[in-house]
Amino acid sequence: MSVYVNENTKVIVQGITGHQGSFHAGEMLSFGTKVVAGVSPGKAGTKFMDRVPIVASVRDAMEFKPDATMISVPAPFVKDAAFEAIDAGIGFIYILTEHVPFHDSLSIVHNAKRKGAVVIGPNGPGITAVGKCKIGIMPNKIFRKGNVGIASRSGTLTYEIVDAVTKSGFGESTVIGLGGDPVVGLNYIDILKQYEQDPDTEKIVLVGEIGGSNEELAAQYIKKNVTKKVVAYITGRSAPPGKRMGHAGAIIEKGVGTAESKIKAFNEAGVKVAEYPTDVPSLLE
Amino acid sequence: MNLYEYMGKQIFRKYGIPVPESYLVEKPSDARKYEMPVVVKSQILLGGRGKSGGIKFAKSQEELDSGIKELLGSKIRGLTVTKVLIEQMIHIKKEMYVSIALDRTEKKPILIATTQGGVEIESIPHDQLYTRHIDPILGYSDFIGREAVAFMKLEPDIAKQFLSILRILYRIWDEEDCELVEINPLVITEEGKLIAADSKVVVDSDSVFRHKEFEVIDPEKTPLELEASQKGYAFIELDGNIGVIANGAGLTMATLDALTLHKGKPRNFLDLGGTDNSDIVSNAFDLVLKAKPTAILVNIFGGVTKCDTVANGIVMAKNKLNIKLPIVVRLSGVRDDEGRKILKDSNIDSYPTMMEAIERVVKLAGGN
Repeated sequence: MSVYVNENTKVIVQGITGHQGSFHAGEMLSFGTKVVAGVSPGKAGTKFMDRVPIVASVRDAMEFKPDATMISVPAPFVKDAAFEAIDAGIGFIYILTEHVPFHDSLSIVHNAKRKGAVVIGPNGPGITAVGKCKIGIMPNKIFRKGNVGIASRSGTLTYEIVDAVTKSGFGESTVIGLGGDPVVGLNYIDILKQYEQDPDTEKIVLVGEIGGSNEELAAQYIKKNVTKKVVAYITGRSAPPGKRMGHAGAIIEKGVGTAESKIKAFNEAGVKVAEYPTDVPSLLE
Repeated sequence: MNLYEYMGKQIFRKYGIPVPESYLVEKPSDARKYEMPVVVKSQILLGGRGKSGGIKFAKSQEELDSGIKELLGSKIRGLTVTKVLIEQMIHIKKEMYVSIALDRTEKKPILIATTQGGVEIESIPHDQLYTRHIDPILGYSDFIGREAVAFMKLEPDIAKQFLSILRILYRIWDEEDCELVEINPLVITEEGKLIAADSKVVVDSDSVFRHKEFEVIDPEKTPLELEASQKGYAFIELDGNIGVIANGAGLTMATLDALTLHKGKPRNFLDLGGTDNSDIVSNAFDLVLKAKPTAILVNIFGGVTKCDTVANGIVMAKNKLNIKLPIVVRLSGVRDDEGRKILKDSNIDSYPTMMEAIERVVKLAGGN
C-alpha cells in the first residue's frame, strides 16, 4: 500500500508539450508512472514520445480513465486548467507551477473540496510512491524502497533529505511535497493521517520551514493522534522577519511563523528536530 | 508587496471608500495652496510613523512648507522619506478598525473589525474584536456585515456607512488580489461620516500579471534586489559577508541556517531555481559580486539542475568577471563527478557534502 497513488494510478499531464511538462512527463514514464494521455490544445492528435496520446481537453482525456493529473501550465492559466480537471471529475490534482496568485489557489482548493478532489501544490515537487508511481519533478534516482514516509514544503531540500535517508541505509515509502505557497491543497495533518494508516510507513519525517503555523498544528496533532515515530527538520532559523525567503509562503509576519516556534512545538510533542538536514537519518534510528 | 498609504488610498477612492482630500509631494515646489489645517504624512512602510516623527501638522502655509522641508529626505528608522502626503485635517470623534486578511491555516479570508481603532490591532483584547472567516466561494454578503454591526453596536446611520465600506473592502480584497486590506483608523468624524484616515494594502506579488500598474513598484526591495527580480532571481540582501548561491528556496534557506550555526554570516539569499543553463549560474555571480562579499559559497543538489552545467557556469563567471575571491562549491546529485572535475581543472574548491563546504567557506571568508 502507499498513500494517494499506487502502481495502478493513471495520470494525465496538462501542458505536456511545454518545456517543463514534456521533460517531467518523460522522467515520469521512465520512473514507471502510467502516463495515459497529455493535454495540449494545439497538438491534439499527435503523440508524446511516440507513445502517449495528446488530446485537446481534459474531457477528451477522460476516455483513458485517468485517476490523477499533473498541471504544468504558466501561472496565469493554472486556475482554468485546475477547474477543467475538477469539472471533469479527476480526483487527484497536482499543480507544479510556481507563482500562482494565492486568490486562484483559494478558489481551486475550495472548489476541489466541494467536488471531493485532492489538490497538492501549487509550487511543490509532487508525490512519489517509491517503486510504484511518481507524479511530479523529484529526481528518479534518489529513492530506495523502505518504510520512511516524508512530507515537506520544499523541493530541493526534500531531495537532500531523501538522499541522506537513502544513503544511511533507510528507504522511503512515499514522499510528498506540499508546496511552498501560502495556500496549498494538502497540509501536514492530511498526510499524517495517511501515513498513520499506511502499513508500509513506520517512521515519518516532516520537513518544515518558516511561515504560517501548519507545523505547530501538525505538532499538536501528532501529540494526540500519531503512534508512529516522527522526526522533523525546520529551515529558516536564520531568516530575518518580513522577508519572503524564495517561497511565497516562507515569511515571518508579526511574529507568526518563526522557526523557534515550530521547533518548540515539535519538541513539546516529542518530535526530535534535526539541526542540519543531514542529521535526519540519525534521528530515525 | 506593501503599498504606500497614498497608493492604498488611491485604490480606496477608485472603489468608493471615503478618504480625506489629499495630494502627493515629492519636492518642496509641489506644495500648493490648500485649505488649512492639514496633516503632512511621510510615505514610508512603517507602523507607528507618528511616534517616530513622520507626521506633522500645519495650520498655515509657512508651517506646511517647513513641515514638507523637514520630512522630505529625512530618515525615519533607517528609511528615507521621498514622498509626503498632504491631507486635509479631519475632525475625529471616534477611531475604529476594519481589515480583511488571509488566514493561511483556514485557507480563507478573515474579517476583523472593532470599535477600538487607531492602535495596533494586536493590543486589542480578543473579546472586543469581531472576527469571522469568509467562504471564498460564497464571498462576502451583507449578512456578515449585519453580524459585525450587531457585535460592534453601531448606530443605524454609522452602520449603514460601515456596511457599504465592508462590501467595497471585500471587492478590493478580491479584485486587487490582496493579502491584506486594512483601514486603521476608520474614523467617525464630528460630522457623523466614516472616513478611512489611513490605508494598509498588501498585494500578492504573484498577481502582478493582471495588475500591470503594480509592475514597476515594490517599495520594500533594495536596488540590488530589484535588479535581481528583473533578472528572474529570488534574491534577498542580508547583512553578513558570505555570498550564497544555491538551488531551491528550501535548500538555500537551509544553507543560510547551516552557515549561521557555523558562525558564518551570509551576505545574501539567492535561489537559482531549477535551471540547466550555465549563463543563469554565471549571471548569479554577477549579482552576488555587486553585494561585495568576502567569499562565495555555492550549494547545489543536482536534479533538474545538473552539476556539470553549474560547474561550467562557475568557471565561466570566474573567467569573465575575473573573480579573485575564494569560491567554495558543494556539488551533489545528478552529474556531480563530472562537475567536480570541471571545477578541479579550474582550481576551484569543491566538496561532496554541505558541511565540508560550509566549514571551508567560513574559514576563508574571515571576520565581518
